[in-house]
Amino acid sequence: MGFNWNWEFTWEILPKLMHATLNTLMAAGFGYAIAVVLGMVFALAQRTPYWALTKVVREFIEFIRSTPLILQIFFVYYVGPQFGLKLGPWTAGMIAIGLHYSAYLSEVYRGGLDAVPKGQWEACTALNMSTRDTYWRIVIPQAIPPALAGMGNYLVGIFKDTPMLSVIGVAELMHTANAIGSSSYRYLEPYTLVGIIFLAISLPTAALIRVFEDRVRRKLGLK
Amino acid sequence: MSYIEFLKEYGPRFWDGTLVTAGQFFLASALAIVIALVAGLMKLSRNGLIRGIAVVYIEIFRGTSLLVQLYWIFFVLPLFGLTLPKFTAGFVAVGMNLGAYGAELVRGGIQSVPKGQWEAAYALSMSPMRRMWRIILPQAFVNMLPPWGNLLIELLKNTALVALISVSDLMFEAKQINGSTFLSAQTFGTALIIYYVFARFIVTPFMRWLELVMRRKLGRA
Repeated sequence: MGFNWNWEFTWEILPKLMHATLNTLMAAGFGYAIAVVLGMVFALAQRTPYWALTKVVREFIEFIRSTPLILQIFFVYYVGPQFGLKLGPWTAGMIAIGLHYSAYLSEVYRGGLDAVPKGQWEACTALNMSTRDTYWRIVIPQAIPPALAGMGNYLVGIFKDTPMLSVIGVAELMHTANAIGSSSYRYLEPYTLVGIIFLAISLPTAALIRVFEDRVRRKLGLK
Repeated sequence: MSYIEFLKEYGPRFWDGTLVTAGQFFLASALAIVIALVAGLMKLSRNGLIRGIAVVYIEIFRGTSLLVQLYWIFFVLPLFGLTLPKFTAGFVAVGMNLGAYGAELVRGGIQSVPKGQWEAAYALSMSPMRRMWRIILPQAFVNMLPPWGNLLIELLKNTALVALISVSDLMFEAKQINGSTFLSAQTFGTALIIYYVFARFIVTPFMRWLELVMRRKLGRA
């Protein structure tokens, strides 16, 4: 075949890839939304006075963080049907990727929560605030800004991990590129374009996140 | 089939897969460390061109997915006349990807060495090479060991992707066994546990031990 970039072919497949890019972004968005919420739940669960709950959540997070995402995707997708619960590729994919990143985000939150000075807690106690109000109105708002950098990194991270969803048939970028490759026997253009699309999205996003983080810090008078 | 029978029947294949995964892990780690060191030092160079090359390398490999890089190396490079066997393509892709992340750790580690150390080495009229090798790098190494522990866990997890280009690693064996038995919970569950044990009871303790040894060598423990 040799190296010859075919522009005509490029224009032909570009709309397909662009459409798949939307699916990739959607997958990243949904997965991240799950992770942001669930991560906080895991982080807070580790601060409860129930020793067993704390321990179980801690081990669960360690387990998720030290095993491959791709294997977790397979696990969620294939284990359900064995017990009569059939999940579509999208549902299974979102559960797997959301759960995976919630473990990472919970660590980011944990760092943020631990960084809230003890005096803030004591002040809440002195003002007779309920635990819920203490967390919701005082502690969490202060825990988020230092966690923003980590949260942003994982947003880009989840975006870059979405190609793994192609293995269970989610029609995102990689899946589309594979389909184009196997039907036309041309791999140079689809795979190179996918790489370029990823760069074109992740580099500006990373830069934007840095700017945003800086702004929030300044607004809160942390800088 | 009970789980014990399942293990008796397929245990050897899990073991073979684990050995391949271990091979991928060690080779990719070695490559990642070399690349991280070279790219990290290049990024600190005073020469704009050298720095530029390192920046481009790091941004490309950190800005795209490992899976994209893996497919590119395996399917597209042959078009340029460079055909790598799948085993080699696997650890090269993983090593190059993690090497780009490691480069930032190397850069950070070197920059964290106090300025006085550089000045002292200069005052003793050490050559730049000798200063870097004997004074700066050992201290930088200790500073960056903890994040390297995390990075190596990431690397181990990422080696699972080589199954997608049919390297017969643990992930690949699990997929095959699942395809013939349909015992997904047992198959993927076993594979998950093996990865977990590898990460938490081999890689992490080894890194902790290394941190301790290095700190002792520098007289900090």
